Amino acid sequence: MLIAVAVFAPLLGSIVSGLFGKVIGDRWAEAVAILCMVVAAICGVSAFVGLIYGGAAPSVVLLATWVESGSLHVSWALHYDALSAAMVAMVTVVGLLIHIYSVGYMAHDDCIWRFFSYLNLFCFSMLMLVTADNLVQLFFGWEGVGLMSYLLIGFWYHRPSACDAAMKAFIVNRVGDLGFALGIALTFWTFGSVEFSSVFSTVAAHQNDTYTLFGTQLRVLEVIGFLLFIGAMGKSAQLGLHVWLPDAMEGPTPVSALIHAATMVTAGVFLMARFSPVMEYAPYALGFVTFIGASTALLAATIGCVQNDIKRVIAYSTCSQLGYMFVAAGVGAYQVSIFHLLTHAFFKALLFLGAGCVMHALADEQDMRRMGGLWKKIPVTYAMFWVGSLALAGVPPFAGYYSKDAILEAAYAAGTGIGAYGFWCCLIAAFLTAFYSWRLILLTFHGKPRADAETFRHAHESPPVMTVPLLVLAVGALVAGFTFRDQLIGEHWSAFWGSAIFVGSGNHVLAAMEELPGWVSAAPTVFGLAGIALAYVFYMVAPQVPALLAAQFRPLYLLLLNKYYVDEFYGAVFIRPLRALAKVLWQVVDATVIDGVPNGIASLAQDGAGRSSKLQTGSLAIYAFSMLIGVVVLSGMVLLMLVMR
Amino acid sequence: MNGVGFPLLSLVTWLPLVGGAVILSLRGDEAAVAANARWTALWTSLAVFVFSILLWVDFDPANPGFQFVESHAWMPQWGMTYKLGVDGISVLFVLLATLLTPICILASWESIKSRVREYMLSFMVLETMMVGMFCALDFVVFYVFFEGVLIPMYLIIGVWGGPRRVYAALKFFLYTLAGSVLMMLALIAMWHVAGTTDIEVLLHTTFPASMQIWLFLAFLASFAVKVPMWPVHTWLPDAHVEAPTAGSVILAGVLLKMGAYGFLRFSVPMLPQASATLAPLMFALAVIAVVYTSCVALAQTDMKKLIAYSSVAHMGIVVIGIFSINEQGISGALFQMLSHGIVASSLFLCVGVVYDRMHTREIARYGGLGDRMPKYAFVFLLFTYASMGLPGTAGFVGEFLVLVGAMKINFWLALTGSLGMILGACYMLWLYRRIIFGTITRAELKAMLDLSPREMLVFAPLIVMTIWMGVYPSAFSGFWDASVSAMVAHHQAALASPVHLAELVAGVLR
Repeated sequence: MLIAVAVFAPLLGSIVSGLFGKVIGDRWAEAVAILCMVVAAICGVSAFVGLIYGGAAPSVVLLATWVESGSLHVSWALHYDALSAAMVAMVTVVGLLIHIYSVGYMAHDDCIWRFFSYLNLFCFSMLMLVTADNLVQLFFGWEGVGLMSYLLIGFWYHRPSACDAAMKAFIVNRVGDLGFALGIALTFWTFGSVEFSSVFSTVAAHQNDTYTLFGTQLRVLEVIGFLLFIGAMGKSAQLGLHVWLPDAMEGPTPVSALIHAATMVTAGVFLMARFSPVMEYAPYALGFVTFIGASTALLAATIGCVQNDIKRVIAYSTCSQLGYMFVAAGVGAYQVSIFHLLTHAFFKALLFLGAGCVMHALADEQDMRRMGGLWKKIPVTYAMFWVGSLALAGVPPFAGYYSKDAILEAAYAAGTGIGAYGFWCCLIAAFLTAFYSWRLILLTFHGKPRADAETFRHAHESPPVMTVPLLVLAVGALVAGFTFRDQLIGEHWSAFWGSAIFVGSGNHVLAAMEELPGWVSAAPTVFGLAGIALAYVFYMVAPQVPALLAAQFRPLYLLLLNKYYVDEFYGAVFIRPLRALAKVLWQVVDATVIDGVPNGIASLAQDGAGRSSKLQTGSLAIYAFSMLIGVVVLSGMVLLMLVMR
Repeated sequence: MNGVGFPLLSLVTWLPLVGGAVILSLRGDEAAVAANARWTALWTSLAVFVFSILLWVDFDPANPGFQFVESHAWMPQWGMTYKLGVDGISVLFVLLATLLTPICILASWESIKSRVREYMLSFMVLETMMVGMFCALDFVVFYVFFEGVLIPMYLIIGVWGGPRRVYAALKFFLYTLAGSVLMMLALIAMWHVAGTTDIEVLLHTTFPASMQIWLFLAFLASFAVKVPMWPVHTWLPDAHVEAPTAGSVILAGVLLKMGAYGFLRFSVPMLPQASATLAPLMFALAVIAVVYTSCVALAQTDMKKLIAYSSVAHMGIVVIGIFSINEQGISGALFQMLSHGIVASSLFLCVGVVYDRMHTREIARYGGLGDRMPKYAFVFLLFTYASMGLPGTAGFVGEFLVLVGAMKINFWLALTGSLGMILGACYMLWLYRRIIFGTITRAELKAMLDLSPREMLVFAPLIVMTIWMGVYPSAFSGFWDASVSAMVAHHQAALASPVHLAELVAGVLR
């Protein structure tokens, strides 16, 4: 029951603050929203602790019937196991911290109740997603977080850029959702159910079922795996469908921290882990997951190295880190992917909120070229950035060290070609990650102040309501790694995960990780430290080097700066042709061709009527003559019919 | 009351006409007549709605057959009876019609200022025709109501419509009439075979295979125009644009359902072989409708036209569901019909709200309404998302079930039929962004008032329905589950019978 309270408390908060926010005022709306999150966090953490340490059994809380049709039954139900409990605990705790932070960050906004109502509703949708007991309810949460993401990115709806970004986020996600929805339908026709327990218990029986597509017989589990991963690619901003995430930074910074770093974007990774019983039987789909994940990890990191907007750097970093998680899932180490998901939630939320503090200090400046020298002005934020970046770069003993290292080890331990691809991509990305993280720190906090003097003079540390959540997250970013490592991905992982994560009988990745050559474990840290060193050289010792390099390799620099021109490519290939097609279909096909027929008939009738009325001359002779013709034709027809018989 | 012999369906069908007679007899100065006509129409339609609630309460969902049946001899020598009855497929559409009529009257309260008496009279006649059509169990009775709907609708568009109302009304009338003539031929042919026009008998009559294809095409001509299917859809945007708000609401809410209802009542159960043979044609037309009209909707500059085109796309999904002929597909089609009836109606009402204030439907003339009209922005957002099929709203369930049903037929059918998911998001969000988001730039928009209490009253039941249908859809689909299962079983049994496809084709060629 605790889990039900944790899920529904934010819904209550959202309804109260949303419907009555204007009446009760901003302060009360905030209070209600935060109170509901406190309740949710307490219940969420208790549910998690109860399951892991208290010996509570995994269960399903049945709420009501949802969709019924023929043999299709879909319920509203909450799935309570290690995976969902861990996600609920993370979402409620991080969500609560970000709610509190928002009190300070949004203090000067004029629609605070609306913001908190949206945040609450987002948490509810996210919790519905992670506690779903069937694919359709998961889809409910999936679309719900998409809707809230749309509303929160477009929260400042006066800005055209925010409106465009919101639309783009929703529509790009919808492309993935189409794949997801098809996957749900195919799952139903394969297993006769969309409920997790009945699907997972019969996977083995269906492993050799085939489905005909493109004229060839494919294994149906592979097809389902691909379709679901297409959905995951949209939500988790993987290569091809990643274009919405950087633009989503138009939203308020707490939104970026909550939705576009810690929770919503990880839904795709969660889906892969939740569907591990099916994915384990779909090796080609898993290979594809690894390929896309690894490519995203590397390419997003390269883009992150040249961006100038502080939030965009972190956004590309998120893209890249999500790629890491998919690499882990793709090589069958779902536990590792969820481990990184959890640690990442802490340090990435920390970095985003830290960026929010920087912007708060500098009158909403986001361009790092107009920052610098801030470390004495905002020392707490500066320290927090160090903690977050150390965790992100994977420096021991911070959380990211344990989880990221484990991903690289898992990719190497998989022993497959695609695993090796994942390993090398991630290793290079680890170097780049450390580089852009310290580039960000050095550009923002060190060097000469490049903000105008007035702004710089007014730069100030944020109030405690904003810095305290940072401190809590920093503790998480520090301790989450070594505290949970052994439980989540150690030898006895099955004691923690129970039946929530399934690995096939041939999958020994976690065991193999323990017996790797020493250099594999050491490499990510070494690469990370090298990245830090390079950033130090570039931005402290010889600040003229980056500009020189950019000039020397200008095409490459422009390619990265313009994000590989993916947006431009989509514009030329999809958006502009679609617009042109729409115009042609409407103004040419609809208005001219299709409407031409009835309009033509109408004018023909009008013409004909005009002409034939001229026949009415009043002359008896002509009338008699035409009557005669008529009689002849008719009798001729009758005769003809008689003869034909 | 079920079976006791109380003529509930006749009451619900004819009561509006009684109200119409009262309105017709109103005399006095114009303002008084107008006020009395409004109130009479409102109370009559509310009374009708209350009576129709009895259908909801007393209907037995476990019974797949017809209920509340009334039968009186009419023209016995030709096998025609005055017969009414509802089953799971039709009962909720009766309720949809009786729910939307009072809403329409309320929505026209202030916007219709001339000839109020005649306007309200038209709506009363329209309600009788709509309800009668869904209740009819005799083909001739059905035909009379089916055609009868045209007359008041023609007047509503042609008299109270916009500048091009005469063109739109004529186009609407001629398109639908042309199709109906062929249905008349089919009616006569069926009567010739069965010797009766009783729908219950016809449902269990096996028509010769050679005849089915022709009958099917004749029905198609009539129903395709009503749905409307591509390429006979172009009357709809014109009719919507010119019709007054309430006219659009009824048009989208109920009239568009008549074609799909016809497919479910006649084509699929009476002509099983032809339905199976021609299903690919229907799928092709429906998929073209979804993709084509969604694209056209993207280019629109007129709010009503955009929503009209989106209606064509949504009805395309209904056709896919119907002709996938499995439980999920048909159930999804029925749900989509109901939800579209609520959601599209609401969107037209949303357009009506700003049209009443600004007297333009030009999208470019709006922008930034979120500042001045937060309540309106919320209502519009809800229905925008319902139209896009967001889970938790009415729009999702139907689309999802149709997707599941289509997947049973073919992957590519499911994929192309669902492209509306993406395109629908494009045009609806683009519409919302241009009207609600942004900053107010025009001075006249700054004076816009938010929803009035009357308008809130209009939207309230629709909001409740949208969320109720999205969160607990079984309350609705429970009504038709038994009927749909029976229909699917009947269809499969008919296909298993010795009439083979080859024979069918040979019959056509002969």
